[in-house]
Amino acid sequence: MIEIDALTKDYLDLTVVDHVSMRIDDGDIAVIVGTSGSGKTTLLRMINRLIEPTSGSVKIDGKDTRSVPAHLLRREIGYAIQGHGLFPHRTVGQNIATVPVLMGWEKPRIAARVEELLELFQLPADQFRDRLPSELSGGQQQRVGVARALAAEPKLLLMDEPFGALDPIIRAKAQADLVGIQKRFGTTIVLVTHDMEEAIHLGTRIAVMDQGKLLQYATPAEIVVKPATDFVGELLGSGDRAFRLLGLRRIGDFVEPGEASGAPVSAEQTLRDGLEEALWSGRAVLPVVDGAGKPVGRLTLATLQRLGARPQ
Amino acid sequence: MKIGLIVRLVVLVLLVAFVVSPASFEWAFLPLTKNNQPAIYTQNTLLSLTLSHLTFVAIATVASTLVAVGLAIVVTRPFGAEFLPLSRSLANIGQTFPPVAVLALCVPILGFGAGPTLVALFLYGLLPIFENALTGLTTLPPSVNEAARGVGMTGRQRLLGVELPLATPVILAGIRLSVVISVATATIGSTVAASTLGEVIIAGLLSNNVAFVLQGGLVVGVMAVLIYDALSALERVLMARTGQRR
Repeated sequence: MIEIDALTKDYLDLTVVDHVSMRIDDGDIAVIVGTSGSGKTTLLRMINRLIEPTSGSVKIDGKDTRSVPAHLLRREIGYAIQGHGLFPHRTVGQNIATVPVLMGWEKPRIAARVEELLELFQLPADQFRDRLPSELSGGQQQRVGVARALAAEPKLLLMDEPFGALDPIIRAKAQADLVGIQKRFGTTIVLVTHDMEEAIHLGTRIAVMDQGKLLQYATPAEIVVKPATDFVGELLGSGDRAFRLLGLRRIGDFVEPGEASGAPVSAEQTLRDGLEEALWSGRAVLPVVDGAGKPVGRLTLATLQRLGARPQ
Repeated sequence: MKIGLIVRLVVLVLLVAFVVSPASFEWAFLPLTKNNQPAIYTQNTLLSLTLSHLTFVAIATVASTLVAVGLAIVVTRPFGAEFLPLSRSLANIGQTFPPVAVLALCVPILGFGAGPTLVALFLYGLLPIFENALTGLTTLPPSVNEAARGVGMTGRQRLLGVELPLATPVILAGIRLSVVISVATATIGSTVAASTLGEVIIAGLLSNNVAFVLQGGLVVGVMAVLIYDALSALERVLMARTGQRR
C-alpha cells in the first residue's frame, strides 16, 4: 500500500505539485491522468525520489521512503519510461539483469529470471538475449523496458507514459500484456498518461490532475458517470460517455436465460463490444458463450440500452 | 573497403621495411642528392629515431588522456560543474600557445632534451581529448540517464557502467586528433635536442639535402595517416559494439 500525504513540490515560486494526498492499495493499477504541465510526472517521480519533495511524505507499506538511501529505494521499485531508456551498449539480457545484478543476486538465479521474463514477453531467449537494443523493433524495445523494470520482482511498478511512443496496434497489445502481467504477479502499478482512453482502459483507479492539484481520484466508472469538475468532464470528452460506461462492464454479468441465433459473443467481452456486434449485424438479441464456447444465455439490446443510460 | 585495407597493409610493410633497412632504398633517394651527398641519414638509425618518436607521442598522449578525461569527469559531476568554464579556458590556452613557444619557455626550466618536448606534446594533446570527453559525457540520451537513475545505480555505477562506455567512441575520436597532432609536433622536439624524426629533417635542411628532408617527412607523414586510419577503424568497431550509430 502506498500512502501519499500532502505531497508538494515547489520550483522557486512555481508549485508543480500542490498538496496531493492519495492512497494506492496493493494490486491496484492507479493511473494518473492530466495534460502536460499538470504535475503528473513530477508526482510519479517523487514516489521513487528521482525528485525530492519540498514537503509531504510518501509511505510504502507504512515505511517512509526517506528512511532508506534513494538508490536503494529505487532498486525495490520498478521503473519504466517512455522511449524505454534501454542501455544501448548492453544486450537485452544484460539490460533485463540490471537491477538483479545491482542487488547482488546469484548468477544462476539472474539467468533464470531473464529467461522467464523473455518468455513471458514473447521474446524467445535464444533469439533475443544476446542482441543489442538497437537491433529490436520499437514494440520489442518497449517490452524489454518493462521486463527490466520487473526483473527484481518489485511489488510496485512506476510507469511514465510507457506506451507513448508506440503505434496504436502495438500499444493495444502492450496494454493487454501489462494487464496480464499485473494479474499474474499482483504488482501494484502507478502509471502516468495524458490519454484518458488509456486510463479508463487500464486503471482500477484514476487520478485526474490539473495545475498541480489532484481533482478527482476514483474508479473509472465513477469518473465517467460523475466527473468532479468541468475539467475532468472536458478531459473525458462528451462524445462517447455511454460507450465508455458500457466498455467498463463484462457481458457475462448481464446475461439472461434464453437462446438466440447468429454468431455468439463471449462473456469475457465488454458490453461495448456486444452493442457494436448487435448494431452491426442488425440483431436485437445475441447468444452468449463462455470462454470454452459453451452457450450460457443471451444478451438483449434492451439491456444494453438500459445500462448505457446515465445512472440516476 | 577491402582495397583500402590492402593499400594500407602494403604501405605499412613498405614503411617498416624502410625504417628497418633504409640502405635498401638508397636508389630511390640518390637522384635527389647533389655533390655526392649521402642519400640516407646515418648519424642515428632511422629505427631508433622512429621508436623514440613514437615513445614520445605515446607517453604524452597517455598523460593527456588521463588528465583530460579525468578533468571532464570532474566538471560533469554535480560538485565540479562550477569549474566547467574555467577548465575549458585552461585547455584552450594550452592550445593557443604555439608548440615552438612552449619549447622555448620550457627549456630554461627543464633543460634540453626530452622534458620540454613531452610538456609541449602533453599540453597540445589536452584540448581535443577534453572537448570530446565533455561532448561524450554530456550528450547521452536523456532517457538513458533517467533509466540509470531510476533503476537505482549510484553515481559511480552510472559513470563506470553507462556514461564512460557510451562516451568511449567519442573520447577515442579526440585521442585520434591528439595523436595525429603529436606525431607531427614531435618533430619540432629535435630543435631542443630530443631524439625524434625531426632530427633527420633538420639535418637535411641544414645541409641542403632534399633526400634527408624527404625521408624524415615521409616516415612522419605515413605514420600519421596509418595511425589515424587505425584509430578510426577502432572507433567504428566501438560504435557498433555499444549499439550506437552515427
